[in-house]
Amino acid sequence: MYVAELLSILAIQSGQSKLVHEENMSDTPNDKKKNAAQADQATAVDLEKRNFLIATSSVGALGCAAAAVPFVLSMTPSERAKAAGAPVEVDISKIAPGSMMTVEWRGKPVWIINRTEEMTAELAKHDDQLTDPSCDVVSQQPDYCKSTDRSIKPNLAVMVGICTHLGCSPSAKLQPKGDMGDNWTGGFFCPCHGSKFDLAGRVFKGSPAPTNLVVPPHKYLTDTTLLIGVDTEDKA
Amino acid sequence: MKNTIKLGLSVLSVLSALLFAQHALANAAAHLDKAPIDASNHESLQRGARTFVNNCLNCHSANYMRYNRLLAIGLTEKQIKDNLLFAGEKVGDTMKVAINPEEAKKWFGVAPPDLSVEVRARGADWVYSYMRAFYRDETSTTGWGNCVFDPVSCKVSMPHVLYQMQGEQIMNHETHQLELSKPGKLAPAEYDALVGDLTNFLAFMAEPAKQQRNHLGWIVLLFLAVLLVLTYKLKKAYWKDIH
Amino acid sequence: MTNKTNADKKSVVANALGQGLEWVDARFPLSSNIKAHLTEYYAPKNFNFWYFFGSLSLLVLVLQILTGIFLTMHYKPDAMLAFASVEYIMRDVPWGWLIRYMHSTGASMFFVVVYLHMFRGIIYGSYRNPRELIWLFGVGIFLCLMGEAFFGYLLPWGQMSYWGAQVIVNLFSAIPFVGPDVSEWLRGDYLVSDATLNRFFAFHVIALPFVLVGLVAAHIIALHEVGSNNPDGIEIKKLKDKKTGIPLDGIPFHPYYTVKDIVGVVVFLMVFSTIIFFAPEMGGYFLEANNFVPANPLVTPAHIAPVWYFTPYYSILRAVPPFPGVGFLGIPPSLFPGVAAMGLSVLIFALLPWLDKSPVKSIRYRGRLYKQWLAAFVVSFIVLGYLGTEPSNVWGQFGPWFGNAERATVVARIFMLVYFAFFILMPWYSKKDKTLAVPERVTG
Repeated sequence: MYVAELLSILAIQSGQSKLVHEENMSDTPNDKKKNAAQADQATAVDLEKRNFLIATSSVGALGCAAAAVPFVLSMTPSERAKAAGAPVEVDISKIAPGSMMTVEWRGKPVWIINRTEEMTAELAKHDDQLTDPSCDVVSQQPDYCKSTDRSIKPNLAVMVGICTHLGCSPSAKLQPKGDMGDNWTGGFFCPCHGSKFDLAGRVFKGSPAPTNLVVPPHKYLTDTTLLIGVDTEDKA
Repeated sequence: MKNTIKLGLSVLSVLSALLFAQHALANAAAHLDKAPIDASNHESLQRGARTFVNNCLNCHSANYMRYNRLLAIGLTEKQIKDNLLFAGEKVGDTMKVAINPEEAKKWFGVAPPDLSVEVRARGADWVYSYMRAFYRDETSTTGWGNCVFDPVSCKVSMPHVLYQMQGEQIMNHETHQLELSKPGKLAPAEYDALVGDLTNFLAFMAEPAKQQRNHLGWIVLLFLAVLLVLTYKLKKAYWKDIH
Repeated sequence: MTNKTNADKKSVVANALGQGLEWVDARFPLSSNIKAHLTEYYAPKNFNFWYFFGSLSLLVLVLQILTGIFLTMHYKPDAMLAFASVEYIMRDVPWGWLIRYMHSTGASMFFVVVYLHMFRGIIYGSYRNPRELIWLFGVGIFLCLMGEAFFGYLLPWGQMSYWGAQVIVNLFSAIPFVGPDVSEWLRGDYLVSDATLNRFFAFHVIALPFVLVGLVAAHIIALHEVGSNNPDGIEIKKLKDKKTGIPLDGIPFHPYYTVKDIVGVVVFLMVFSTIIFFAPEMGGYFLEANNFVPANPLVTPAHIAPVWYFTPYYSILRAVPPFPGVGFLGIPPSLFPGVAAMGLSVLIFALLPWLDKSPVKSIRYRGRLYKQWLAAFVVSFIVLGYLGTEPSNVWGQFGPWFGNAERATVVARIFMLVYFAFFILMPWYSKKDKTLAVPERVTG
């Protein structure tokens, strides 16, 4: 509303300023009588000029805006990028319990971890050590993974293997204890700045990483086929 | 001034008459039939796509053409997957071939060219005429001749891939016309239609944005016409003071 | 809302704008520049449609730079990738086809408007004293533009790109003594290759655009220093209003010529859009069929011709017979005469201000003799342009009675002579021409 008013005011201003020019000129040009007559009108606004000025500028501005659209859109992902970023189908039948595999989706590593029952059971036991145990940060996982195990099937975890701190890829330390010390219950450790995550990708308190690892949209096509990148039928 | 213009015009008209007459002569050598191109005929494009994928795409790639572009000619993603993808490609992939260009060069003498923009390079009429001009020529290494490909020697590196459909033609050296010596699976008119569909598809593939381009063109011109009226009125409004 | 509050708001906004302008003006000559170049730049009031092509050239320049920037985001100056990256733009980049067609059509339209702009300068004597320097800057812009077109044409890396560049770069080999080294230095290789493509890209997107923009600025500054010519070829500054010092036949460029030029812009955009959306190849004149075949150093296309805007000069190149060589002096045969004639045919435009000895500027007051020469020049330019697009045997050969000479080559030689005679004989015929009396004030 305010913008429209501002525009019309500017148009009136320019309409008047044009007439001022004519007044200046009226000393010079050829036809003195005519200019005297115009000088009388100089205080009035020339409606014809103003209307066509407003009409031309609005239609012209619309045209410029429309012409800008292709240029802006040309910088969005191309068909090639979209094809490379298309959903990935993964055969998960070969992942042994207690191990994981990594696949590439949109140029990022995606981990698929086949958790043992002990591993899954452990997830519920260390909530007090976590920054966001109940997964309240909505951007980090789809709604259907907003739970302690952050997965569709309790044993199978799917997450983007990129640390939420500065984008390094954490190392898998799936088994408890070991070189991670006696308190370690299994999870991931980021070598860059020492962020620690559990086997559901939830970040431990005291890590520089602010949020849990991202769970990408995914769904099971069959019991052994996982589709990463898409979660509903219509987006396929 | 008037005399000068008259003189100029008459010189120009004589020259242009001369030019066009000569131009027609120069082009008389290669006669091409008009290809039945219709970018809005989705059935024809779909038939052409199938012919292309089944017969051409074994040796010729279309490296710039993505399978999912076929959505624009009315195919669904499922149809593309089920009917046109054989080697586990994704619908977003481009139409590549497994053939090794080096090997192909050994077999045919030249590597089969990529066909993505063939119609833009050769013209639709050329493709349409070429695919219908193969004839038996025992003197050639492939066993086939084609006077559209090379009007002088009538030699061609590509064998006639669709001969089972068309049958075999021979060249009548007296009339310089092609005659069907052994009928194929398709009647001559059916074969022409098959090649017509194929050419139609190749033309679509050469510039997939063409239809969108033409549609948008009308909108842009309409808009500019409106703007022209407005700017003209604006100019008149300002210039009424200038005498 | 009452009128009063509306008026209050108006004055508040106006005050704010006024204060902002004052702040800027204390630090940058904004208002004074707007006055000097727009609102108080007085242009003759009798410009006709020929005067659209200057502002249209500027518009096309801006369009080419803008579309060029966006194409550069996706194009790969690499012999292995260049052709594919152009098709990538045409298909995979959202709206890439539109941006690419704008750029390819813009290249040809640039020459269309610049040729018409130059023709305007010729018929109204806009190059004459005191506007020689404007003309020279303009010739510089034209040369620069030819360079831009030449370097840019290699980038799609099609067959015509490749062989066109090969032929033109080889022309430099014809320069006596240093020629072959110059050609090799330009290519950076023994044939047109990846190295050539990479450096042509640098020239096309950085080097020449800078020079071009600089020359355009100089062209306009020089113009605004001396003021515009007009279809009558009268100096409007000779008759000024005694009180204000404003030329009697002058009107402020803004708003009068801005609103007028916008009409020209819209008409131009309609032509431009028609080509882009309905005939981007323009029958092979704007985008050649052979350029949809990737560059192949082993296969020369049957017929190589430059893009239409270079063909008049190319015809001259072909029309001049080679130097046969002087055997006993050890001077080898050379193509240099043709190359020199082609270079001269472009550079000779720069001499116009000093070749024209007529007492009048505009064609309106010139006599028949000049008009005939100009008409002959236009015809020769068009015929040479046409012949340059065709192989030299397009019209067949004369019989043995004329040494079996190619007809087209003979015709090109005749028109080449006319082309050069227009310039070389101008001091004579422009003086001898019976001119009309030039009025005091501009007409219609």
